[in-house]
Amino acid sequence: MRHTITVLVENEFGVLSRVAGLFSGRGFNIDSLSVAPTNEDSISRMTIVTRGDEQILEQITKHLNKLIDVIKVIDFTDGSAVEREMALVKVTAEDDNRAEVLRIADIFRAKVIDVTPKSYTIEVTGSPSKVDAILELLRPLGLKELVRTGPVAIGRGAKGWKG
Amino acid sequence: MKLAGARILLECLKMEGVDTVFGYPGGTVINIFDELYSFPEIRNILPRHEQAGVHAADGYARASGKVGVAIATSGPGATNTVTGIATAYMDSIPLVVITGQVPTALIGNDAFQEVDIIGITRPCTKHNFLVKNVKELAGIVKKAFYIARTGRPGPVLIDLPKDVQVAVTEFKYPDKVEIKGYKPTIEGHPKQVEKAASMLLSARKPVIYVGGGVVLGNAAAELRKLAETLHAPVTTTLMGLGSFPEDSPLSLGLLGMHGTFYANMAVTECDLLVAVGARFDDRVTGKIPAFAPHAKIIHMDVDPTSIRKNVRVDLPIVGAVQDVLTKLNAFLEERRDAVESFRKSIKPWLAQIEGWKAKQPMGFKESAQVIKPQFVIRKLRELSAPDAIIATDVGQHQMWTAQFFTFTSPRTLLSSGGLGTMGYGLPAAMGAQAAFPERQVIAVCGDGGFQMNLQEIATLVQNRLPVKVCVLNNNYLGMVRQWQELFFSKRYSQTVLDLPIDFVKLAEAFGATGFTAAKPDEVEETIRKGFSTPGPVIMEFKIDREEKVLPMVPAGASLNEMVLAS
Ligand SMILES: Cc1cc2nc3c(=O)[nH]c(=O)nc-3n(C[C@H](O)[C@H](O)[C@H](O)COP(=O)(O)OP(=O)(O)OC[C@H]3O[C@@H](n4cnc5c(N)ncnc54)[C@H](O)[C@@H]3O)c2cc1C
Ligand SMILES: Cc1ncc(C[n+]2csc(CCOP(=O)(O)OP(=O)(O)O)c2C)c(N)n1
Ligand SMILES: [Mg+2]
Repeated sequence: MRHTITVLVENEFGVLSRVAGLFSGRGFNIDSLSVAPTNEDSISRMTIVTRGDEQILEQITKHLNKLIDVIKVIDFTDGSAVEREMALVKVTAEDDNRAEVLRIADIFRAKVIDVTPKSYTIEVTGSPSKVDAILELLRPLGLKELVRTGPVAIGRGAKGWKG
Repeated sequence: MKLAGARILLECLKMEGVDTVFGYPGGTVINIFDELYSFPEIRNILPRHEQAGVHAADGYARASGKVGVAIATSGPGATNTVTGIATAYMDSIPLVVITGQVPTALIGNDAFQEVDIIGITRPCTKHNFLVKNVKELAGIVKKAFYIARTGRPGPVLIDLPKDVQVAVTEFKYPDKVEIKGYKPTIEGHPKQVEKAASMLLSARKPVIYVGGGVVLGNAAAELRKLAETLHAPVTTTLMGLGSFPEDSPLSLGLLGMHGTFYANMAVTECDLLVAVGARFDDRVTGKIPAFAPHAKIIHMDVDPTSIRKNVRVDLPIVGAVQDVLTKLNAFLEERRDAVESFRKSIKPWLAQIEGWKAKQPMGFKESAQVIKPQFVIRKLRELSAPDAIIATDVGQHQMWTAQFFTFTSPRTLLSSGGLGTMGYGLPAAMGAQAAFPERQVIAVCGDGGFQMNLQEIATLVQNRLPVKVCVLNNNYLGMVRQWQELFFSKRYSQTVLDLPIDFVKLAEAFGATGFTAAKPDEVEETIRKGFSTPGPVIMEFKIDREEKVLPMVPAGASLNEMVLAS
């Protein structure tokens, strides 16, 4: 099963390799990982998408918690979070399909951020499944290049992660 | 007053109460060793190899319960520490290892003797630190000791660049440590402990399965109280040996691959398994689906990741065993009548266990012609001091020691269980002897593993550490040979060590004393002479070459599928 896990970490030297090393060393999967500083000086926030059965996920969260630089681990799998991901997509856009690409972009409220006579580069933001959906439509038209951020997640409701 | 980094490091060690370090010099740590002149309260024991230095710090820590400290230079010095660190990590031993590093400005430039020891040791340390600024140094040392000794203990490495050792700053040792992401759970949840008491009292075939956590967590007295209150049988892992007296009628001895017939049968048949600071290692469980198949499992461990890692658990209790067992004993105290009827109701179970003990006691075929290794171990027990500390190397001799020595108190067996590091025994004994100069310290080695760190005889002699080394010489890498005998049709590829080594001359070359025994009737006298000779001694026992360690559960088999001694 797919899990989205948020990990709050101290902004220490090497913390990313500690987390990544934990996953590779113990044979856990990482589908995606995104990381950046937060509003608090010393804290960065990672969003990791992983998969595994219940026992494996329990081990993943326990091992993350065990890392000294990890302050908090939240498993958002129960749907208690909003997830967003951004993708930049370079699509073949020549005479016959230029209009089709724009139409698809429009439906998904995606933006064209770079144009050449042979291509459009599109920025799309949304839930991971929305990104999957637009990619599915664009793929037959010719995907030249794709970059996804991997999802970031934040809990629903008024409370922050500290409660 | 402003002090240089090297000085600050030693001030910090002093504040932590460190009296012994195992350090080996080199370009990037000269400053630290130079400062040692100002610290008469800190003794450096100079090993002859950094790996041995770390094993010695580990032996010091296992025997004393304090944090062991080792120092090495950058590059090759640092890489030489890795096996020692990994050994300590697998067995949860508290160490602080300090490595020199090239100056911060050169890091990443492939400078002379530069190695990314932080990267290399990340997966085998509990935590590690690169000190980039001398201002952080005191705080980092404080954290390192705190992390090493609290919660589930483990090794911590501090990488200290040369320029940071030279840079000066105001020295103040922090009195408190505050690490946002590190708050080990020490206190067991009372509700969970109460549930454990109820589960125990309604069991009819309980077994207490005790691991290294009871040794590490200094909870042998609490464990003994629990077992004696309930009259419940106790089996220990290799790492748990000594935490429960093996001469008690409640003791089942070792379980697992080379465990006793009766311990493995009891675990297979029990209806409740209480794991106390043990981690369900595959050497213990054998085939998982057949492990304690009829039992409910209670698991007490300070590290949540140990719980439900390998087996399903019915009742997890996260906390330090000392706290959890104290609470459990208190609950039982309140329920005297229930305890009384429990004791009655498990009588048939104890009788069943006695039956197994009678059917397959631990034993071996004695011989008047050739020295049986088990006989040597029994004689060692008989002739050594009651509080003697035994360090083992890895292999058959390690298992014979575990099976036949009869350990009765914690921290008297030092053995590399998790990593199984050959070469561990001699330097670990050296560290234990440094911690306890007055106690008898014995290293039991195989002829193979002894040769992996035999240079440390020099350290023993130089530092007047009177370790008594027993080499059980079968001229084989015996443990591997045993597998080849059983599973590879006796094809002894590369396990025959057919060079006769003169151990007496070897000892003498270092200024130690050597004895050798070739016949069973020479064993006792050799041990007596060895023990009564001052200073380090090597005693060689030419043992029955093809003796096997039995019982044995073949890898991947279930615990009740043992190959038994005939
Ligand atoms: C050749 C060879 C053969 C072997 N054969 C056997 C065998 O037959 N039988 C056997 O048992 N072993 C055997 N071993 C050893 C085996 O590999 C493991 O090292 C051993 O079984 C692990 O012991 P343990 O479960 O007690 O765990 P340890 O490694 O001692 O772990 C201790 C556990 O306790 C926890 N803990 C630590 N401190 C505390 C505290 N204060 N409170 C609560 N919990 C705490 C830790 O988190 C950890 O989970 C063999 C090793 C070798 C090299
Ligand atoms: C560093 C290291 N290398 C290899 C092994 C694999 N190994 C385990 S036991 C053993 C044989 C040990 O031989 P010896 O020291 O003579 O002890 P014996 O088994 O004969 O008592 C070997 C090679 C190991 N455990 N550690
Ligand atoms: Mg041998």
